[in-house]
Amino acid sequence: MVSRASRAGLALALVLGLATAQAARAQDLVIGVQSGATSIDPHFHALAPNAAVRDHLFDRLVHQDEKQRLIPGLATAWRTIDDLTWEFTLRKGVRFHDGSEFGPEDVIATFRRVPWVPNSPSSYAAFVRPVVNIEVVDPHTLRMRTAAPAPLLPTMLSAVGIVSRKAVEAPTADFNSGKAASGTGPFRFAEFVPNDRVVLLRNDAYWGDKPAWQKVTLKLISNNASRTAALLAGDVQMIEAVPSADVPRLRASPQVSLHRITSNRVIYLSFDQVRDQSPFVTDKAGALLPNNPLKDVRVRRAISKAINRAAIVDRVFDGDALSAGGLLPEGNFGVSPNLRPDALDQEGARSLLAAAGYQNGFAITLHGPNDRYPNDERVLQAIGPMLTRVGIDTKVVTLPWATYASQASAPGYAFSVTLFGWGSNTGETSDSLRSLLATPNRDKGMGASNRGRYGNPRVDELLEKALATVDDAERQKLLFQASELAIGTDMGIVPLYYQVNTWATRKGVTYSARQDEYSLAQFVRPGN
Amino acid sequence: MTVFVIRRLMQSGLVLFVMSLIVFFGVYAIGDPVEIFISPEADQIERERAKAALGLDRPVWAQYFAFLGAAFQGDLGRSFVFNMPAITLILQRMPATLELAVSALLLGIVVGLPLGMYAGYRPDSAGAKAILATSILGFSLPTFWVGLMLIMFFAVNLGWLPSTGRGETATYLGITSSLFTIDGLRHLAMPALNLALFKISLIIRLARAGMRENMLMDYVRFARAKGLPMRRVVFVHVFKNILIPIVTVIGLELGSTIAFAVVTESIFAWPGMGKLIIDSIQRLDRPVIVAYLCIIVFMFIVINLVVDILYSVLDPRVRLSEAKG
Repeated sequence: MVSRASRAGLALALVLGLATAQAARAQDLVIGVQSGATSIDPHFHALAPNAAVRDHLFDRLVHQDEKQRLIPGLATAWRTIDDLTWEFTLRKGVRFHDGSEFGPEDVIATFRRVPWVPNSPSSYAAFVRPVVNIEVVDPHTLRMRTAAPAPLLPTMLSAVGIVSRKAVEAPTADFNSGKAASGTGPFRFAEFVPNDRVVLLRNDAYWGDKPAWQKVTLKLISNNASRTAALLAGDVQMIEAVPSADVPRLRASPQVSLHRITSNRVIYLSFDQVRDQSPFVTDKAGALLPNNPLKDVRVRRAISKAINRAAIVDRVFDGDALSAGGLLPEGNFGVSPNLRPDALDQEGARSLLAAAGYQNGFAITLHGPNDRYPNDERVLQAIGPMLTRVGIDTKVVTLPWATYASQASAPGYAFSVTLFGWGSNTGETSDSLRSLLATPNRDKGMGASNRGRYGNPRVDELLEKALATVDDAERQKLLFQASELAIGTDMGIVPLYYQVNTWATRKGVTYSARQDEYSLAQFVRPGN
Repeated sequence: MTVFVIRRLMQSGLVLFVMSLIVFFGVYAIGDPVEIFISPEADQIERERAKAALGLDRPVWAQYFAFLGAAFQGDLGRSFVFNMPAITLILQRMPATLELAVSALLLGIVVGLPLGMYAGYRPDSAGAKAILATSILGFSLPTFWVGLMLIMFFAVNLGWLPSTGRGETATYLGITSSLFTIDGLRHLAMPALNLALFKISLIIRLARAGMRENMLMDYVRFARAKGLPMRRVVFVHVFKNILIPIVTVIGLELGSTIAFAVVTESIFAWPGMGKLIIDSIQRLDRPVIVAYLCIIVFMFIVINLVVDILYSVLDPRVRLSEAKG
């Protein structure tokens, strides 16, 4: 309610007309961010805002470009020697912010530190776990041996910030105070105020392109309308996560430019596919159904066909989203060209339901968050009537994320049909398949976010084979097959749409919009 | 009076204990915090590690006793996501919230009290009617809307004031505050006014009602008959009498402004405690939630105590030893 009213307020004020505000000093950049980092320590908390701060301060061996393709970072090249060995060539002449030279010992120290960080609420331990031994071939060459073939190792290492060997046992507090926050990145640490701001200074000795800004402040402005207002007032030069409702107005403003890209985040519906009686699946009178229709692929497909994705994109997002048929937008690794979004087909949906024995329909409650994804609540309210129209009486219940996510997940799985989003940090589909569609299996680390508990041994087999296949073309083929089977054939989840990431800048500042949602000052450039 | 204070403090210890119990188990009932703040990519092994690292794998009563044990030694736990003592995290933000709350309250008193007294003194004048009508706006306009309007008008359209955030701070007499710099005051102006609007209206109403009531009292007539000038009657005798309800309300308002300035703080991106508690609730960061509420409950207890003592100063008929609760 707050955001709707605040949007109305924004509209009114915009009608009143805008005036120019004071420009900040040319060398300073202030970015209004939606959520703040919880630490400067690059290994403490695997969370998007922390990762964005990390990318300013700490280089990784491998970097990701704006479309999440791998590019050289502290390693200039990498290759496989055999199925169990990766060789990384380290960049020469790189110095940490404290002046010490970067070398293989720092990589080894980082690998020791990552699983060690005390009290970490979410660590990167799984990213370094495949490596059993690191061999220093010469001062600029490292060989990493893995227990099993690890084709994704360079991708995983693109999330592991390299710290100095001096920081191997530095506690998180030393990073937050700046004492140990010495990386090789394009910016140096200046100040960290939790839940408020991170201040960075340019690293003039950086090995790559020099950033355009002497001083950068990542300022937390979590309220959407306030972030937009701060940009219009000229207090910040860039904002992230522009709400789709503000896009048309910002586009009309002569002082603002927009920078957009399709996100790596897919929003999807997940179905209870395990319980014979699911708690929120009833007949139309409200009595629990003896058999769970969600276990029937025809019912899941009927639901997919009943949803008018184009209308959601058009009406709810003003066009700022993309209908989804798979796990990642086209162009990313492992995305099958055969997975298209289901078109609206109400007749088809009704006949599938009839074929499954539900010609009279049934009733479900659709659960989702109301404060997590852009427009989440409105999307759910749009889907409700769409399903009701084909005979599935749908009630929509939305909850705050903190309540919703913990109730919807293991071990309780309190709901029957849920809406979730998945952003792929690796930028390819194996990661999404592993978490969302593989049969849950603790020891293999499979299906940790598979809340519907879909399972197909053939999918597991294809995926496990893919995860052990070093050859890219071969692996991509296996990922095609696995996702075509899990989504196209089995409807393990029903993808709805991909989000669009939008940044807005003052005119005269540009940003290369990133699929991974990070706001990185080194890629903010002056000039149109 | 000493007995009164001691009894109050003992009661407050009990209140703190009960509150911590309710909040602790309440937050536990919401769900598994690890699910909220762990990376979605984390596999089951990583989830188990995080739970164990934060002590969340133990049964809830064991977690609570561990919390109690530490709390008696002054340690209210470490934030799950910041890995800092919850108390430190909260106290770091306290100055920002205090200066906002105190400025808003001062604005409320300085603007509201004279206007309210005037409106009560001359209830039929056009000025009084205008004041009363305006105060209705102060009551009924939602804070977030007024806040956004202020930003749009003063920051975006006119460009006079910065839109969000807290300004530079300076240290004076050992207190670090943004009240001591021009930049700080410029940042403070809009959020303080936004918070003050409701208080101004409230105080206008209370002062007006008190004024009208007291002006009809016998002591006023008696004082006038005795030949005291009207100024002295109003500003000494009536003033003291109308202050009693206002002090109570100001005290409670100060408390709730400090504790729950959430809306204003988030609209103006003000780095105060209110924003922290909302973020912590959204992240199920239980140590911060519990520590915050402990501090707030303690603060309310102290404020109520001060209000009671002020009563006895304003009205000698009130004896503290007789006051209970």
